[in-house]
Amino acid sequence: MAKKPQLAIDTRPWRDPDAKPFVRIKNVTKRFGDVYAVSDVSLDIYKSELFCLLGGSGSGKSTLLRMLAGFEQPTSGSIEIDGQDMTEVAPYNRPVNMMFQSYALFPHMNVEQNIAYGLKRDHLPPAEINNRVAELLSLVKLQDYGKRRPHQLSGGQRQRVALARALAKRPKLLLLDEPLGALDKKLREETQFELVKIQETLGVTFIVVTHDQEEAMSLATRIGVMNSGEIAMIGEPTDIYEFPNSKFVAGFIGSVNMVEGIVIEDEPDHVRIRSGELGCDIFVGHGVDCAPDQILWWAIRPEKITLSRDKPENAEDANVTQGIVEEIGYLGDMSVYQVRLESGKHIRVTQTNTVRGNPDSITWDEQVYLSWDDNAGSVLTV
Amino acid sequence: MSSFDTEAPPPRPRRPWTVVERGLAAVGLSGKALVIAAPAIWLTVFFLVPLLVVFGISLTVKQFGRPPYTPLLTNEDGTVQLTLHLNNYIRLFTDGLYISAYLSSIKIAFISTVIALCIGYPMAYAIARAPDQWRNILLMLVILPFWTSFLLRVYALTGFMRGNGVINNFLGLFGIEPLVMMQTDFAVYVGIVYSYLPFMILPLYTNLVKLDGALLEASADLGARPLRTFLTITLPLSMPGIIAGSMLVFIPAIGEYVIPALLGGPSTLMIGRVLWDEFFANTNWPRASAVAVAMLVVVVIPIMLLQKAQDAVQDRERAK
Amino acid sequence: MRRGWFLPIAASLGFAFLYAPIVSLVVFSFNESNLVTVWSGFSTKWYGALLADPQMLGAAWLSVQVAFAAASIALVLGTLCAVALVRFRKFRGRTVLAGTASAPLVMPDVITGLALLLLFVAMEATLGWPAGRGLMTIVIAHSTFCTAYVVVVVQSRLSDLDLSLEEAAMDLGATPIRVFFDITLPIIAPALVSGWLLAFTLSLDDLVIASFVSGPGSSTLPMVIFSKVRLGVSPDVNALATIIIGIVALGVLAATLLQLRSRPRKARA
Repeated sequence: MAKKPQLAIDTRPWRDPDAKPFVRIKNVTKRFGDVYAVSDVSLDIYKSELFCLLGGSGSGKSTLLRMLAGFEQPTSGSIEIDGQDMTEVAPYNRPVNMMFQSYALFPHMNVEQNIAYGLKRDHLPPAEINNRVAELLSLVKLQDYGKRRPHQLSGGQRQRVALARALAKRPKLLLLDEPLGALDKKLREETQFELVKIQETLGVTFIVVTHDQEEAMSLATRIGVMNSGEIAMIGEPTDIYEFPNSKFVAGFIGSVNMVEGIVIEDEPDHVRIRSGELGCDIFVGHGVDCAPDQILWWAIRPEKITLSRDKPENAEDANVTQGIVEEIGYLGDMSVYQVRLESGKHIRVTQTNTVRGNPDSITWDEQVYLSWDDNAGSVLTV
Repeated sequence: MSSFDTEAPPPRPRRPWTVVERGLAAVGLSGKALVIAAPAIWLTVFFLVPLLVVFGISLTVKQFGRPPYTPLLTNEDGTVQLTLHLNNYIRLFTDGLYISAYLSSIKIAFISTVIALCIGYPMAYAIARAPDQWRNILLMLVILPFWTSFLLRVYALTGFMRGNGVINNFLGLFGIEPLVMMQTDFAVYVGIVYSYLPFMILPLYTNLVKLDGALLEASADLGARPLRTFLTITLPLSMPGIIAGSMLVFIPAIGEYVIPALLGGPSTLMIGRVLWDEFFANTNWPRASAVAVAMLVVVVIPIMLLQKAQDAVQDRERAK
Repeated sequence: MRRGWFLPIAASLGFAFLYAPIVSLVVFSFNESNLVTVWSGFSTKWYGALLADPQMLGAAWLSVQVAFAAASIALVLGTLCAVALVRFRKFRGRTVLAGTASAPLVMPDVITGLALLLLFVAMEATLGWPAGRGLMTIVIAHSTFCTAYVVVVVQSRLSDLDLSLEEAAMDLGATPIRVFFDITLPIIAPALVSGWLLAFTLSLDDLVIASFVSGPGSSTLPMVIFSKVRLGVSPDVNALATIIIGIVALGVLAATLLQLRSRPRKARA
């Protein structure tokens, strides 16, 4: 895999091998009967991170979150928060708060009482409770709604009350279970940035569980992709998208074209893969951990492929194939082409519509060439 | 926002609940154990044990004295002796009275259940399909009698059906001879249907109101006439409601005492009444106990059916 | 869906069947004559007779005491039982407890009554308690079968209750007992009220079980009514029935109105 360029001053502690993780999940397994909801997950999360656990339903992401909150006990393994072992600590004694997917606002209490609930459990003096509640209400822009009951609020307002309530005790770690899941698309996009802003202002460590990859990509400092109880990959959003480590991750995030091929040249600085499906050789401009004659997969994102009517030149006699346009989906900002190769394999290509109302654009049933850069695709062995 | 640094919370003072919890823990009790233990002990002592006592006493015979049955365990010269009598059970099978009482109870309960279903189903369906503003009122009208005294409602029926009762007075206006309704099996049917109709309607209503109207439209759209739609869509889907409602009428009807006592004639045989008479009139406690044990066996099957219907409903809700 | 004429007519007849006897009962409670079924003029004299009947009044007072005590005991036991069944998903004997808690619902009254009487007699013989039968034994018997009804009512409300509300409270620092009193109890309060009322009504209404477990001199109201109407109709029972029906109707009406008023809120929440 290619080395990513290093920033001059790196503010990302996960890149520093000496940094001390804030949350340390070590070999945690959770079994319900015979079902492994979470199996052998190890994960380090650093202070002030906004970490997203991304996965489909049943991937174990929520169970992992509930173990952090203390609602479930790990079957084996341990969880440390800020250097303290949390395994035996009851939920009500953890320095952790959670924002629930359903918000779980107490219906018989008004907004202020909801926010003050956790503070009262800590027996703070009433004056301080009032101050903090006022502070939180202004943080989430609900100053005028303190006396309302949850059912008198809109979905977005309820979401903000839930956030304020979870932040009230100034937790070291905030867990958010699908925080935007119940909002409609437009509101979700607005709230997303609000959430990041609040997280950055307060510097609290966030762990967000979501099934929405766009949400994860735009919120997170790092993402942990989960699949059937295991962590499939941990990385920054760009790593996850551009450098997936497995077929699962490549297919789970965004759309991807995946072809099978066989290694015919294995050199330290390049690899050549022959793919019958693709109808050409793939020249990869960096070394890959593989052996000659090994069968592996090559994945490429639709936007990394270029379409042309004329055959592009390629010095290595690779990375160019041809096919026929079968379908075009016009999405406004871009168009999605479905191209059928000679092998019958369909390839998805997206092209940005840079020319307005282009009369000369590629159209149905045209014979086209597909080409890509040496480093445009990912070679996957698992 | 400088106050939002994540410092450690201030030390917590001791709270009353913590003290309570620690106190319980000190004597080896968690709150959880107490929550389970209180109802479990009560129900064991006052529900399960009594049933065992009934079974035990059903194996003794009547004697004069207090208590009016022979002891199960006797202690003679240090040896404890267990004496079991099967006389009561033998009598149940040989004396025609008991067998015909059982059969007649089942027959009466069954017929009443069918009648209640025939009356209750259209009512439940009508309420479920009624406009929203009407539905709650109609439902309340169904529940209202359920909250009024059962005994008084049965009494109301006697005033209605007796020789010079409301119905016969009404018929008399047209010169029709008075009908004999009281003290017949007919009156018992009416009584059971009348008393338990709400039990039939409510589970049916809960089922039917959840029926998706689009299913009926789809059926009509595919060419089914209303009757066919009802028979092939509505009826099968409301089966759990039908079973639950029927069992809720059938089970209490089997053991009914008040209705046959007030409305039935001397020839209306029902086990509940036989048990009552064995106990109060003949003071034969062991025989009454044997009747009770046999009666339990009869109601167990419908109870299991009911349980199954309710599980089916729960499974379906969970699947959603 | 096309609405035919069949359903409305069937429903009307059904409601007529349910209400005609009650209406006639109420009407004839104001009858001058002591023939309960022939109208001879308006009078409230049967209400007067009722209030002057010490036996009736004594029995009514006993029944109210029993119902109050039994409903309260049943409320506590039933709520605990429902919490155990809904919230503690796994413990030894859960199935047994669930079965035992719902069995009294379907147990024929004659069996429950007989069984409890035999238990009380056996306990008195071996333990010396309860000494004789009366208020105490009726309360115990009623609490037992009413508990089952409270369990049903509270259980269904509890299982509708969003578990994450309780988790949220715990997450904010409340211990389990605190969670129960701060969150669970206030939210299920309406179910507790209706459970208590149901238990109260059922206890007030019970004839069969009370007949078994009561002692001499402790006749409940249904027992007195039963012995009266067994001998034939008596207009003062009509008067009593009218009073009871009136109270119940008002109660149910109030409850329905309260529920209707709170429903639109719930729908939005």
